[in-house]
Amino acid sequence: METTANHHADLHRDDEASKIGMWLFIFTEILLFGGLFIVYSVYRFRNPVAFHIAHEELSITMGLINTIILLISSATVAISISAIQKNDKKMTLIMLGLTLLLALTFLVNKYFEWGAKFEHGMYPGSELMKMLSNGDMLFFSLYFFMTGLHGIHIIVGMILLAVSFFQVKSGKIHSTRFFLLENSGLYWHLVDLIWIFLFPLFYLIH
Amino acid sequence: MSEDKHHHIVEYKNHILVLLLLISLTVITVAITSVELGPYNTAAAMLIASIKVAIVLMYFMHLRFDQKIYRFMATIVILIFMAVIVVTFFDYLYR
Amino acid sequence: MVENTEHKHEPNFLEYRGKYTGLMGWLTSTDHKRIGLMYFYAMMTFFLSGVVMGLLMKLELISPGEQIMGAQTYNGLFTVHGLTMIFLFVIPGVAAVFGNLFMPIMIGAKDVSFPRLNLFSWYLYMIGAMVVLASQFMGDGPPDTGWTFYAPYSLKTQTNVVAAVTGAFILGFSSILTGLNFIVTMHRLRAPGMGWMRMPLFCWTLYGTGWIQLLATPVVGITFLMVIAERTLGIGFFDPAIGGDPILYQHLFWIYSHPAVYIMILPAMGVITEIVITFSRKTVFGYTAMVISSMAIAFVGYFVWGHHMYTSGMSTTARWVFSFITFLVAIPSAIKVFNWTATLYKGSINLQTPFYWAMGFIFVFMIGGFSGLVLGSLATDIHVHDTAFVVAHFHYIVFGGTGFAFFAALHYWYPKMYGKLYNGKIANIGLVIFFIGFNTLYFPMFILGLMGMPRRYYDYLEQFHSLNIVSTVGSWIMATGLIIVIVNLLRAKKGSGKEVDDPWEGRTLEWTISSPPILENFEEIPVVDHEPYDYK
Repeated sequence: METTANHHADLHRDDEASKIGMWLFIFTEILLFGGLFIVYSVYRFRNPVAFHIAHEELSITMGLINTIILLISSATVAISISAIQKNDKKMTLIMLGLTLLLALTFLVNKYFEWGAKFEHGMYPGSELMKMLSNGDMLFFSLYFFMTGLHGIHIIVGMILLAVSFFQVKSGKIHSTRFFLLENSGLYWHLVDLIWIFLFPLFYLIH
Repeated sequence: MSEDKHHHIVEYKNHILVLLLLISLTVITVAITSVELGPYNTAAAMLIASIKVAIVLMYFMHLRFDQKIYRFMATIVILIFMAVIVVTFFDYLYR
Repeated sequence: MVENTEHKHEPNFLEYRGKYTGLMGWLTSTDHKRIGLMYFYAMMTFFLSGVVMGLLMKLELISPGEQIMGAQTYNGLFTVHGLTMIFLFVIPGVAAVFGNLFMPIMIGAKDVSFPRLNLFSWYLYMIGAMVVLASQFMGDGPPDTGWTFYAPYSLKTQTNVVAAVTGAFILGFSSILTGLNFIVTMHRLRAPGMGWMRMPLFCWTLYGTGWIQLLATPVVGITFLMVIAERTLGIGFFDPAIGGDPILYQHLFWIYSHPAVYIMILPAMGVITEIVITFSRKTVFGYTAMVISSMAIAFVGYFVWGHHMYTSGMSTTARWVFSFITFLVAIPSAIKVFNWTATLYKGSINLQTPFYWAMGFIFVFMIGGFSGLVLGSLATDIHVHDTAFVVAHFHYIVFGGTGFAFFAALHYWYPKMYGKLYNGKIANIGLVIFFIGFNTLYFPMFILGLMGMPRRYYDYLEQFHSLNIVSTVGSWIMATGLIIVIVNLLRAKKGSGKEVDDPWEGRTLEWTISSPPILENFEEIPVVDHEPYDYK
């Protein structure tokens, strides 16, 4: 900690501060989803059978594919950060591009998954949903709300990564100044972390 | 400040290895939940998910190579969240 | 004052001219002191409007039956009074105003770590405030749920809950970003030589507060989002008709809103600590204990939310667990009070207005704290739950605690903010009247509560009449005191005040620079080579 106390002559550039800030924001996000996980665990505890039956409406394959996509995209972001530190601009751009592509794939998958539900008349506020029994209603409310919120985070993460991409391209981010890329990467990993829990909780109820 | 001091560069190869580990853990989760283990199914799935999260935190998110303070903060936050769940369930378990 | 002459050539932060001048110079300024003052002006406006609402409610309660308003107006009024006072005044209160103004100076920094984010937080605060206030006038009438938005009523009522909840969500976001900013600042920008254990205690309380803001606010944020989704999208979380659990809403709400009480009170305690030290002219008793108790309050305070829900149908186990943890919080709080008194012991006490405010704080905070133990213990709470006793208790804590500390801080740092000293005699008279009014207003409510008068009704039975008259008269006395205090401060600012740099001879870093401070506080970052309170 003592290292922190003697190098802030330059107020306007403090990468370590940005990083602490990003971590603190990640903690906030964890607790944001944490609230939802509490709701989920309480309702699943109270409606074990309904949750089990309702989860069979979801496709494990689809969930598995999306999980693996996100894991790969996490790895590509991590590699891009290693690459920028090695001053390998080309590799950084390739990896970031790949990440964005994977993120898009995730969203497209999600679109089809949600779309199939919508086609069956299963969407928030629909007649079918209003007719569901109590436990099913809670399951699908949570499913749409949690995956929807996660989807919004994916989009935010994509925006951050896209900005980083263009800044790497223009040379604003380089091997000694890459805190934006590093922080976008952290955010992207957070999105992955949340999905790591969402996947077994919604798709793999036994 | 010395940028070079704490920015440990992870080799590409290591990232790939971590990725492979994560994917195999995912596959294991799916496999486990398809066999009958009773109440242990959920426990196993959650345990593996926690391991995966720990791996992502330590390697992809660099906690292993960063200053201790980050690891310390992350641990505290996770413990607090788990404690909140436990305290909440004092209500639901005994209602 | 000798050192002041050499600073004179540099304009202070009130007069500094940047790219823009006038109002724009303030609205675009990322200077932490200007942002602090902007919070201050906005907050005083909201606070005074909240006071007016409170006075109107007390006027309604002067006699049984309908006096000046009907039930629905009264319901709307206590909701918006609560929203205004809680979300717009006491939660951000001391931290956003005095934290912004002085925390960076006290740790020897030129500004916070993220000045632009700081300004953004202020805008979020203003937007949130506007949305909350707009909910009163648009749509289907002012929300009537109380500031707690309990489900399922908040899901069913036809009033404008969505807007109010959205406003609260935005305010929460602003609060999170302020907390984040402060934590990072304290991690990164302490002056050379200022180790963690040399940080002034006010900063330590802000550090604890920052963590609560970060870790508790998102929980209520997501809960509010769920309420909005449930009202607008027709999905279900809390409505018992579709299997939801309204008590779960209460859990989630209080997981934030109880720690929020500590967001309010911790910085207030920090202010009182600074004042007690400065006016005893003595080193603080038990610096380490003060630090630990701040962090302990922040930590334990996170796990006591259930004591708001003893009568709502929780399991018995949960009830005694929460009751037990609640009693634990009293320990670090008591440590603080003991350390304040121990600091006073054999000090060379300088009887000035801020000190009187601090003593007033300790007095009302003790009453609030002890009545809190009555509510925290399971058996007695069941008797007084949802009565006027609770209202009296949290006004003693929230208004008596944070409100007194807010004014204590204002009188303490006023010379630093404006470089002028107010008239101490009038300030003291105002304080005495305010103090008498405060107790006349709220103390009868303890008795009324024990007698069984429920809260949140515009009407009551005849047997409660006499004490309610006392209470209402108390509200007028308190308002008189408040007016005297505020007019006195305004007059000092307008020019009648004596120009001073350091009237109290404080030892923390903000007293080493000129008043008002220059734009980046220090011409040269100070090197700290001594403990924070080294009175010889």
